Amino acid sequence: MIEGPYLDFEKPILDLEKKISDMVEFSQAENIELDSEIKSLRGKLKKLQDNIFAELSRWQRVQLARHPKRPYTLDYIKMISTDFVQLHGDRYFADDKAMVCGFARIDGRPVMFIGQQKGRDTKSKLHRNFGMANPEGYRKALRCMHMANKFGRPIIILIDTPGAFPGIGAEERGQAESIARNLREMANLEVPIIITIIGEGASGGALGIGLGDRVFMLENSWYSVISPEGCSAILWRDAAKAPEAAEALKLVAKDVEALGLIDGLIPEPEGGAHRDPEMTARNLKGYILKSLEEVDQLEPAELLKNRILKYRRMGVYSE
Amino acid sequence: MDWFRKTKAGLVSQQKKEIPDGLWTKCKGCSEVIYSRILEESLWVCPSCNYHFRINANKIIKLLLDDGQLERYDENLSSLDPLKFRDSKKYTDRIVASQKKTGDLDAVICGLGSIDTVPVSIAVMNFDFMGGSMGSVVGEKIARAIERSIDREIPLVIVSCSGGARMQEGILSLMQMAKTSALLAVLAKKKITYISVLTNPTTAGVMASYASLGDIIIAEPKALLGFAGPRVIQQTIGQDLPEGFQSSEFFQEHGFLDVISERKDLRKNISLCLHYTYTPPKSLGN
Repeated sequence: MIEGPYLDFEKPILDLEKKISDMVEFSQAENIELDSEIKSLRGKLKKLQDNIFAELSRWQRVQLARHPKRPYTLDYIKMISTDFVQLHGDRYFADDKAMVCGFARIDGRPVMFIGQQKGRDTKSKLHRNFGMANPEGYRKALRCMHMANKFGRPIIILIDTPGAFPGIGAEERGQAESIARNLREMANLEVPIIITIIGEGASGGALGIGLGDRVFMLENSWYSVISPEGCSAILWRDAAKAPEAAEALKLVAKDVEALGLIDGLIPEPEGGAHRDPEMTARNLKGYILKSLEEVDQLEPAELLKNRILKYRRMGVYSE
Repeated sequence: MDWFRKTKAGLVSQQKKEIPDGLWTKCKGCSEVIYSRILEESLWVCPSCNYHFRINANKIIKLLLDDGQLERYDENLSSLDPLKFRDSKKYTDRIVASQKKTGDLDAVICGLGSIDTVPVSIAVMNFDFMGGSMGSVVGEKIARAIERSIDREIPLVIVSCSGGARMQEGILSLMQMAKTSALLAVLAKKKITYISVLTNPTTAGVMASYASLGDIIIAEPKALLGFAGPRVIQQTIGQDLPEGFQSSEFFQEHGFLDVISERKDLRKNISLCLHYTYTPPKSLGN
């Protein structure tokens, strides 16, 4: 038996890994020398992994981005920073559990973390509303970003959401307004904003905390104007055509990088971030620190000018 | 065997027409049949029930601007299909069909004009062009309209009518929300008036960017306004939506809309708000 949830295309790899660990265990327990067999199986495993992950479809990467074992925002905050103090509430309505904010230190330097948070079991998934924030989430994020601005602390944003929550209350409290306001305000904050899509980057719900000086995507994350399911339901009139929609939307990190819309793609260990969260976190931290170093050089006026120009240039058209 | 052959064709969906060419038009609000000339005189608003028929960008321009005159800008911007997008149809085919239907290259008309003598940079979205969706061209044209306001220090008026960001340009469409909103930050810093006018419908990516960011937000009655589509919400929560949900009236009741204006008063209301906020440069006031 394989422990924990897995994806279909991971199964052959996990089966083989299990076989190897069984063999190692057996050889130790019975004191029988199986080194050459084990070595050959490990070679086979490497080849198998290389083959499977070299040819992942976009839809398979979307599944990796949603992998139940994938590290979430709070996991990364724990792995790349110290002394995290979570700050709650938007001061108007409520504390949105789908959005987490707070101060922490990265290599001793104080920063403000902002990000959507998903849950892992049924109870925590519900508690986090599956990472789908309501307006109060975007307003809490904005409150904390303004505070970071006030005290001159950089803002580190980790995006992971299947979308802003589509509910009655969300509409009553101005979901659209909360996202729009964040976009405008984020263009005015005089501290560095470093953004990484760590899993799912769905539409306005992702972009609502997604305007900044550097934007990165983890290798197996996706970022799109609409989820593959939403797109297929509208354009194909069939939610089951999500794999086709994922292909058409060109939504994986490599695609978005090719369109010139992000500043880089952060490598994940083979098989995805969940196969080695610590390594993924180290890579992420490296990109964040390097970006901070780059933008630290800039005066606030130049930082803002560059940030607006960065978005001003986005678009493909003829004239 | 012929007994079993299907002789009737299946249901064929017909293009819905908001503004009919015929002599008589059935009102969508009260089902009353209205003589088309009367409808035109009433600015395409039903005389019986006040239902506001959707009208195209050219009619809005004629309605709002002094002498109906617009000096058009950026008319030659056209989509390039960067994703080579294809669903049941090719994106390029959809573009060509919309271009034929509207006579424009994309879903927004922009330019300079004046409203009751106040000079404005104006953008009017056209729902007839792929549901008024925002891709790179719409985003770029809105961005340039904002820049014309900034450069000339004149008010900005955007009349929205859109289902949101254009799926066929993927992530590029999403980024137009960021682009336009970032420029509106510059406009706001310069203390230049921005009046956002919402018509039926204004939703999703357009509502979650520039349409929500006006100093003053005005909407026509009973327009569909919101973030998520009603069907998506219904499917998510699994229950019926309350009466009047996501209408202009609902939007105002919850604090997100300044003025609900009937079409016949739209120009006057915009003009008042412009005059209350805009101070002409002193050098011209001799």
